[in-house]
Amino acid sequence: MSDEPTRSAAATAALAEVERRPGAPKPDPILVADGVVRRFGGLTAVDVEHLEVQRGAITALIGPNGAGKTTFFNLLTGFDRPDSGTWSFDGQSLAGVSAHRVARGGMVRTFQLTKALARLTVMENMRLGAQAQRGENILSALLKPLWRRQEEEITARADELLRRFRLDAKREDFAGSLSGGQRKLLEMARALMTQPRMVMLDEPMAGVNPALTQSLLGHVKDLREQGMTVLFVEHDMDAVRDISDWVVVMAQGRIVSEGPPAHVMSDPEVIDAYLGAHHDQDLADRAASDDPEVAGASVQPAASTTDPEPRP
Amino acid sequence: MDFGNILSFTAGQILGVDAIVYVLIAIGLNLHFGYAGLLNFGQAGFVAVGAYGVGMSVAIFDLPLGVGIAVGLAGAVLLALLLGIPTLRLRADYLAIVTIAAAEIFRLVVRSAVLRDYTGGSDGINGMARQFYALNPIPEGSYGFGPWTYTERGAWIRLIGLLLIILCLVVVALLVRSPWGRVLKGIREDEDAVRSLGKNVFSYKMQVLVLGGVIGCLAGFVLSLSRGSVQPDNYSTQLTFLAYTALLLGGAARVLGPVAGAVILWVTLAFTDTALRQAVGAGYIPTWLMDGVQVGQVRFILVGLALMLLMAFRPQGIFGDRRELALDVR
Repeated sequence: MSDEPTRSAAATAALAEVERRPGAPKPDPILVADGVVRRFGGLTAVDVEHLEVQRGAITALIGPNGAGKTTFFNLLTGFDRPDSGTWSFDGQSLAGVSAHRVARGGMVRTFQLTKALARLTVMENMRLGAQAQRGENILSALLKPLWRRQEEEITARADELLRRFRLDAKREDFAGSLSGGQRKLLEMARALMTQPRMVMLDEPMAGVNPALTQSLLGHVKDLREQGMTVLFVEHDMDAVRDISDWVVVMAQGRIVSEGPPAHVMSDPEVIDAYLGAHHDQDLADRAASDDPEVAGASVQPAASTTDPEPRP
Repeated sequence: MDFGNILSFTAGQILGVDAIVYVLIAIGLNLHFGYAGLLNFGQAGFVAVGAYGVGMSVAIFDLPLGVGIAVGLAGAVLLALLLGIPTLRLRADYLAIVTIAAAEIFRLVVRSAVLRDYTGGSDGINGMARQFYALNPIPEGSYGFGPWTYTERGAWIRLIGLLLIILCLVVVALLVRSPWGRVLKGIREDEDAVRSLGKNVFSYKMQVLVLGGVIGCLAGFVLSLSRGSVQPDNYSTQLTFLAYTALLLGGAARVLGPVAGAVILWVTLAFTDTALRQAVGAGYIPTWLMDGVQVGQVRFILVGLALMLLMAFRPQGIFGDRRELALDVR
């Protein structure tokens, strides 16, 4: 915990000099995408000219519904094929690489709709995440002595992660019996079993109760402290503001803005695309600020009755 | 009614060749459906490839039995690859459609008149078991006791069948408890999640399709060698669905599920068959309700009814774990 400010500060410092515009080059990019286009019939779901993701930082990918964030995620992780485009992870081209090879290469993802493997226990879910298991070969699987040692090491590592994610009490339960939030935690812990260099989280906070959100945010920050790069899609603006070093905004398939959270949230492009003018106010404030207008309208009955436009 | 006869005939089915064959078929299906979630509706095709592989090699091309066995096994592997390569990347239902069609195509092709010289057409292949029984080390005589009394031939085929079952069960038990089996179960639950963890899902599905198909092909060897003949119409879709019945009866994704399910299925079929036949013969069931010829159909109706009750009150099968079914699998 002592070096938490250093990693976070390092990421902030590294990004301080970066231009605040779509496609801005980063000092040390781990992921670089160029001209990634995905069309579904006549609809262009993703059209990203250039994107760089800074190593060791937490980058948020935000945008209104249908902006193409998840599609872009799917393209980057090999779960979908683009119509055109190239991208590289840590210097290695990933275009056309299948999903399981992307994961083996150190870039692991989670899903918007959590994919806990219901009829496997929590522990079996975790073990499945470990890479290069000798026992996963059909022939050596028949001879337990060949993989027993490795299985013990994997189990030890899984136990440690389960403790960190407070799932150790659920170790032998079926993953299907976990709550929605616990499934999110399990999915993140399972992804870490692959020992990734970059973690892609698709809406990690969706459907999680507020108490668990804090702990999830803590875990995401932990990933950065351990030297991992995080790219995550999220709708919860408080969460984005809280943890991200850099924010990328997508709208209608394109990247419309980039910058630190504070910059992006005041960028008129973003506000137009997505957030609305009242994004930084609480609902209570908004109601209060709306009041004079409502009152104003009510003292001008003639104007309000002749107004053909209904009030929004 | 002769209750002793009914009971002894029923008990005999526990070690019946039919039960042995269906245990093997269902073990293969258990790998496909129970562990990997692959909907293979064409297991009859794999059984037929085994039967025709050995039958054609031995009886028509006069090759040694060993070559026939090898041809059958190679055929099963080839069929699995042929079915798997185009369909395993697609959604599960495509495999179901392609396998059921492929099994029927195979049956209709081998029974066609054009191929009569090679496959025996609709008459099938006869006199194919001579080499197999020549290998029988058991001296002539009668073995066993009570309802389980067999000639040396009956004992030989059962011995081979049981050894194959034990071999398959040991292999399945070792595999499903290994990390390999863990990947399979993961694929059954959600293959995208498994892919995102760096596993080559296509390769695992292909491996299990081949392995389960080969086990089905072993059942084809036992079935054809026990009868000394191959009849194309024995390998229709009914074979596949009865094997699924046995599997669900015993409990899918349980190592011993197929064994219990197949034995119970054949014991029940034998019991209802003899009991109904005797009841009709003795006049307990009036002929306006049912005659001896109709018994063959009615017993399947009764077994179907029993299955529906089982699914209603014990949907997890004999060995299943109700806890698993109660889970929210989304």
